[in-house]
Amino acid sequence: MDDLYREIIVERYKTPHYRGHLDPHDIFFEDDNPVCGDHIEITLQVDEAGVVKAAAFDGHGCSISQASADLLVESIHGKSMDEVKALTKDDVIELLGIELGPVRLKCALLSLKVLKAGAYGLGVGEVSDDLVE
Amino acid sequence: MQSKTTLNVDLLRADFPVLSREVGSAKKLVYLDSTATAQKPIAVIEAMNDFYRHHNANIHRGVHTLAEEATAMYEKGRKQVANFINAPSSRQVIFTRNTTEAINLVAYTWARANLQAGDVIILTEMEHHSNLVPWQILEAERGVRLEFVPVTDDYLFDMDAYRELLKLEPKLVSFTQMSNVLGTINPAQEIIRLAHEVGALTLVDAAQSVPHLPVDVQALDADFIAFSAHKMVGPLGVGALYGKMALLNAMPPFMGGGDMIKTVHLRSFVPNEVPHKFEAGTPAIAEVIGFGAAAAYLQNIGMDVIAAHEHEIAEYVLERLEEIPGLTVFGPSVEHKGGVASFVMDGVHPHDVAQILDGEGIAVRAGHHCAQPLHEKCGIQSTTRASFYLYNTKEEVDALVEGIYKVKKIFG
Repeated sequence: MDDLYREIIVERYKTPHYRGHLDPHDIFFEDDNPVCGDHIEITLQVDEAGVVKAAAFDGHGCSISQASADLLVESIHGKSMDEVKALTKDDVIELLGIELGPVRLKCALLSLKVLKAGAYGLGVGEVSDDLVE
Repeated sequence: MQSKTTLNVDLLRADFPVLSREVGSAKKLVYLDSTATAQKPIAVIEAMNDFYRHHNANIHRGVHTLAEEATAMYEKGRKQVANFINAPSSRQVIFTRNTTEAINLVAYTWARANLQAGDVIILTEMEHHSNLVPWQILEAERGVRLEFVPVTDDYLFDMDAYRELLKLEPKLVSFTQMSNVLGTINPAQEIIRLAHEVGALTLVDAAQSVPHLPVDVQALDADFIAFSAHKMVGPLGVGALYGKMALLNAMPPFMGGGDMIKTVHLRSFVPNEVPHKFEAGTPAIAEVIGFGAAAAYLQNIGMDVIAAHEHEIAEYVLERLEEIPGLTVFGPSVEHKGGVASFVMDGVHPHDVAQILDGEGIAVRAGHHCAQPLHEKCGIQSTTRASFYLYNTKEEVDALVEGIYKVKKIFG
């Protein structure tokens, strides 16, 4: 991990730009990484054209899980729901701008999993790692 | 040459090739994760390579030279491991894949043959998942009743609560001799003595204790003990179950197949004698040989010498960690603990602590360390764990502390 990681990740972890809970909201989903206790919830407001007009995340956990949630939620403002559903793990990795091993990758992808599960309207038991392939 | 009473750590570090590695941006490796798996000395690596290079053959059946040599080497491994724990006979050492498999072996053979609905098994709140889940499976299947000795506020085995639970006349007490999270060393001999008084058998999860303390199964009078090679500088993929002869003789087989039989007909078989009865199929022969070499390596240094060194390191670690504001170590006072320090830092997730330390070349572990119930009891989600072994030094403790201050600086 180089110093660049620390700046982006630590900055967004300490001072997230999009931490919050939208009320009212059109989409809500939450999930954990039970191995380490990371927890993420995401709320979205979507306009009639199916475009994200507001998004927020909340939760607790390691810096990578929280920072990636903040960056992800920032990036989907103005995106259509179809574009949101099409997001992949490579998009998250690009947002973070660092290389991650398989263990930390799970932390980074938790928010994507939550976002896509919410976008697809999945039930709690239907969420799987396939969403973040 | 090792002194008989103190460890020459600098000398023995040369035995462990991995320790001269650099990681990341040319940082010297500081390996503080031996509780997850220990590093291996050249003697163990060479013993296994030697087998594959010069003696590789299947064991127990063949008459040709290589087969005889392989069989002799395999059984020598068994003797070395038996010797290491002072088992009365090497026939009482059964090779498994690891501690987990050894405990499952007892659950699937002894427990299923002897326990019924309502029978009580005593466990503790500080157990590793491997000494919890097999019994939970049995509970769901058979209706046995699980009871748990609590961890005290001082992170010790609650002896008073244990005495109360023993009044339930349990059939089995299965407990860890040393916690892989707290480092707590439990008074195994006393626990076993009290269990025997009420007619209960005992199973000791010795995965952490056998590598770090002198363990004498006869002095303990343990009925079963389970441990792994890889935590005691041996190879991965092999472990052992020790049991009292009468128990092993009475137990039904575990896995069925080749080598665990005396005779086989189309519709029946006669099982082999102990220990072969419990070693079905071609075993991990090279690994068993490596296991024996590891036992011999440690025995040559002396487990009391190793334990004394670790105790010194444990004292120093606690002393230095206590200086750090905003850091909490989970575990008992040093006279009750081995070289394990699990801690949390205010405002920093264990993953982040471990990641930053990795950047400094320091290998620690973050998570629940296969002890979720214990973490729940302590009111925390996960910890960062630094664990120490015969090859660790006080300088490495200093490096850990420096790394922790770096974490504080970044997340401060």
